[in-house]
Amino acid sequence: MANRPAGTLYRGKVGMWSWVLHRITGIAIFFFLLVHVLDTALVRIDPAGYDAVIATYKTWYIGLGETGLVAAILFHSLNGIRIILIDFWRKGAKFQNIMFWIVIGLAALLFLGFAPRHLINVFSHI
Amino acid sequence: MSVVIETPRSRKRPGFNLEKYGWMYMRLSGVLLIILIFGHLFANLMVGEGIHAINFAFVAGKWASPFWQVWDVTMLVLALIHGTNGMRTLVNDYAEVEWIRRTLVWLLWIVCATLIVIGILALTTFTPCGDASSLATLAKDGANVASLCTGK
Ligand code: HEM
Ligand code: HEM
Repeated sequence: MANRPAGTLYRGKVGMWSWVLHRITGIAIFFFLLVHVLDTALVRIDPAGYDAVIATYKTWYIGLGETGLVAAILFHSLNGIRIILIDFWRKGAKFQNIMFWIVIGLAALLFLGFAPRHLINVFSHI
Repeated sequence: MSVVIETPRSRKRPGFNLEKYGWMYMRLSGVLLIILIFGHLFANLMVGEGIHAINFAFVAGKWASPFWQVWDVTMLVLALIHGTNGMRTLVNDYAEVEWIRRTLVWLLWIVCATLIVIGILALTTFTPCGDASSLATLAKDGANVASLCTGK
């Protein structure tokens, strides 16, 4: 096993894990969006009902869910750019590994800019 | 015995390749969605009181502006088609039985089309100043009804 290949773009290591994460985050955002379009459409048929549904968005437990949703979007979107670069940039495939860590770093940085502010908004009202 | 191997990537398929346009669409819509979704999340979660500022009056205020109307419709259409096409890839990967696969793909596009219609209708027929229950909710949310509904 000493000479085990270091994995290809898709199998094992970073290539595979980034792919799994991209998939899971994409599915999560998709199902959120299905619900979200419906709850937003309430503004047209039931104004008071809209406010009641949005009130649940302001609870601490859904607030934590929103924090997770934003984390998922940060990863999916930045990793999406990485996928696009792998496909279109001549050196993309060569740098896919380092680009994965840049994606994680940038996502973490943006998340640190977002999470405290959102969590303070959420928890200062319970 | 020599085996003749066709030169790779030399097959030129003439005509319209739907799968290729799907692939291009995922990338193009992705780039645009970054701007649209980041802007949406910033305006709704980071500005002012964030999530706590959102209510019926907040939406009435945003959709009073053509800027956010165009923003939201573009985001709606691009994100739903992107997400649906992505889910189609998943169905193709995991559904083993052909009729189940076909049914799920149909279902995905029907849901997608339905939500695009609902989303566009909600936005284009929105009349926050149009009836008593809307006006009552605006007032309860603390909106300046007089300035939001000028002429009403
Ligand atoms: C925010 C900007 C976004 C970017 C840059 C982005 C980028 C991408 C890219 C490049 C792909 C790969 C397509 C392929 O391999 O052919 C992809 C797949 C996917 N995206 Fe997005 N996307 C974004 C937003 C979204 C949203 C809002 C949703 C849900 C509504 C979503 C759901 C999916 C799904 C389900 C897949 C399929 C995953 C798979 O095949 O493993 N994405 N995205
Ligand atoms: C927790 C995070 C989110 C909150 C609190 C939120 C809140 C809202 C609100 C208040 C509206 C009404 C109009 C407006 O403000 O522009 C809206 C509309 C919309 N949101 Fe979000 N949103 C969130 C996340 C997302 C995400 C991640 C997406 C995309 C994947 C998205 C897509 C949309 C779309 C397409 C509309 C327009 C719907 C229509 O035209 O009927 N939202 N959202």
